Amino acid sequence: MHAETMSTDRKAAALAAFKDLARDPGVPKPDPILVVDDVVRRFGGLTAVDVGHVEIQRGSITALIGPNGAGKTTFFNQLTGFDTADSGTWTFNGRSMNGVPAHKVARRGMVRTFQLTKALSRLTVMENMRLGAQQQKGENFWRALVPRVWRAQEDEITERAEELLARFKLDAKRDDFAGSLSGGQRKLLEMARALMVNPELVMLDEPMAGVNPALTQSLLGHVKDLREQGMTVLFVEHDMDMVRDISDWVIVMAQGAVIAEGPPATIMSDDRVIDAYLGAHHDAPLSEGELEEQLQQAEAALEAEIEEETQK
Amino acid sequence: MDWITIISTTIKASVGVETVLYGIAAIGLNIHFGYTGLLNFGQAAFMGVAGYGLAVTVVVLGMPFWVGVIFGLIAAVILAFLLGIPTLQLRADYLAIVTIAAAEIVRLVFRSVQFKDVFGGSDGHRGFTDGFYALNPYPAGNYGFNLGPVPLFFNHRTMWVITVGWVLIALACLMVHLLMKSPWGRVLKAIREDEDAVRSLGKSVFSYKMQALVLGGVIGCMGGFIYGLGYASVQPDVFGTETTFYMYTMVILGGAARVLGPVIGSMVFWVLLVFIYGVLSEAVRVGYITFMDTNQVGALRWILVGAGLILLLVYRPQGIFGDKREIAIDAR
Repeated sequence: MHAETMSTDRKAAALAAFKDLARDPGVPKPDPILVVDDVVRRFGGLTAVDVGHVEIQRGSITALIGPNGAGKTTFFNQLTGFDTADSGTWTFNGRSMNGVPAHKVARRGMVRTFQLTKALSRLTVMENMRLGAQQQKGENFWRALVPRVWRAQEDEITERAEELLARFKLDAKRDDFAGSLSGGQRKLLEMARALMVNPELVMLDEPMAGVNPALTQSLLGHVKDLREQGMTVLFVEHDMDMVRDISDWVIVMAQGAVIAEGPPATIMSDDRVIDAYLGAHHDAPLSEGELEEQLQQAEAALEAEIEEETQK
Repeated sequence: MDWITIISTTIKASVGVETVLYGIAAIGLNIHFGYTGLLNFGQAAFMGVAGYGLAVTVVVLGMPFWVGVIFGLIAAVILAFLLGIPTLQLRADYLAIVTIAAAEIVRLVFRSVQFKDVFGGSDGHRGFTDGFYALNPYPAGNYGFNLGPVPLFFNHRTMWVITVGWVLIALACLMVHLLMKSPWGRVLKAIREDEDAVRSLGKSVFSYKMQALVLGGVIGCMGGFIYGLGYASVQPDVFGTETTFYMYTMVILGGAARVLGPVIGSMVFWVLLVFIYGVLSEAVRVGYITFMDTNQVGALRWILVGAGLILLLVYRPQGIFGDKREIAIDAR
């Protein structure tokens, strides 16, 4: 009962923060955890990412959507240090993050998962979990040689991992190799493992891809749960039902740029978004009168062009 | 057929100098390949720089034995850094290419005419082991026992080398055992599975790979010392790429990522090799085999061992100690 009221509180707080915001790309948020400015990434002649300004509200679930090839995952890679941006700056909790290598990004509290799950196959589920814990004494070469030094910390970590595994219903799989899990269980394990880092911002790259419908609801619940525990979530997703269900705010990317932002209920009726997904002329008039008009316009334009040419 | 000699040499091979030196170098390779997933095809170079570090220090610079050991260790660490800094940031296969090339460079420099004054060309060096044998606690003589009719004896020099060697193997195995059940070893095994996942969890992959490369290289270089001391000489061609491939065979034979895998692998490898050689050459001598001479036996035993290993990989790919479940998981 208590959890229920808290849940609505957090959701209400997140929604209140977004209540009066404009729907423009790059709109300032009341309490941004992540602020991105002018991030550009080019692959040869292709500009994969060119984001002017974007802010992610703390304590909310923000969805990042866009058609295939919009640059969502590339953008994720820039922010988390897995790829180097050609230019741009971004700050996390006010600290500059450009040029910070991936492992330090994670240490600062910004942890990501991957579109193709990266379960560490030949490690057990429990070892996968333990790996996520930070500042382990036993991860130093010399201290590793003296089990007495790290045993106590290892027990604490194991305890925390067991709680998380129970929450994600993976506790029965504790001693199985991660490689023996199903696709959906791997997604769950990856999310649970990311939580072992104690992140402030969780970045999920297509958490629902390849998950069977039975597990979808449970995964959705877990994502909502992250917000309840005070974390901020940014996720990339194609499944619009999921986006509508759990996100507080939606950012839309197309061709590398942020083209629109808004609440999930209305974002899909935004003209810019429809254009991006379906093409700008998908609703072009097709009745005979309109067609005639369009033809005349085109002819007029052609004539004007010819005239221009001949005058030169 | 002189079965007594065949059995005697075979049993002695299970603990002899070759088994020791390859076993210890394979422990180092197991850290690279088995635990961290680093495809190091230049393990022989670590043995080479150690053996030569010792030999050159004693023979050319005229310094004492223990200084030579320190120089050999330093040389192995430097080699690890030289190999690691440019390649560990890249994909795994680049390390394989670079290490195999670097090992050849090291070998060719050792045997080059230009540096004959320093490294002794293709003849290598000898006469650097006095300091080591001066420490020998075994008085001159033969040590061992008769197993029924089979005499199993080593002379005092060999006894000293293999004693030191087996102590080193025990220490190395203990260290690997402690490390690999620690959080440090967990990071290495995770890197073997997926580097990016490890990065996303806040671990510096480069640093851990470098630590693994240095540790495995330093353990591998012990094998180079044992070679130099056991044979009282070093030659460049001993440290060729086939030496590395023997070590890979041992690691896989014993079971990759198993503490005792490389040691047992080395024992089985040399026992098989010596036994096949003994039986075949006796059979040729006595006249049971007439289609080849004793010189060809040396080549045939490699063919037979190779065939045996192929069968092993087909029917027991996880090696002697490996876990079948692990192999069943397609890791990549």
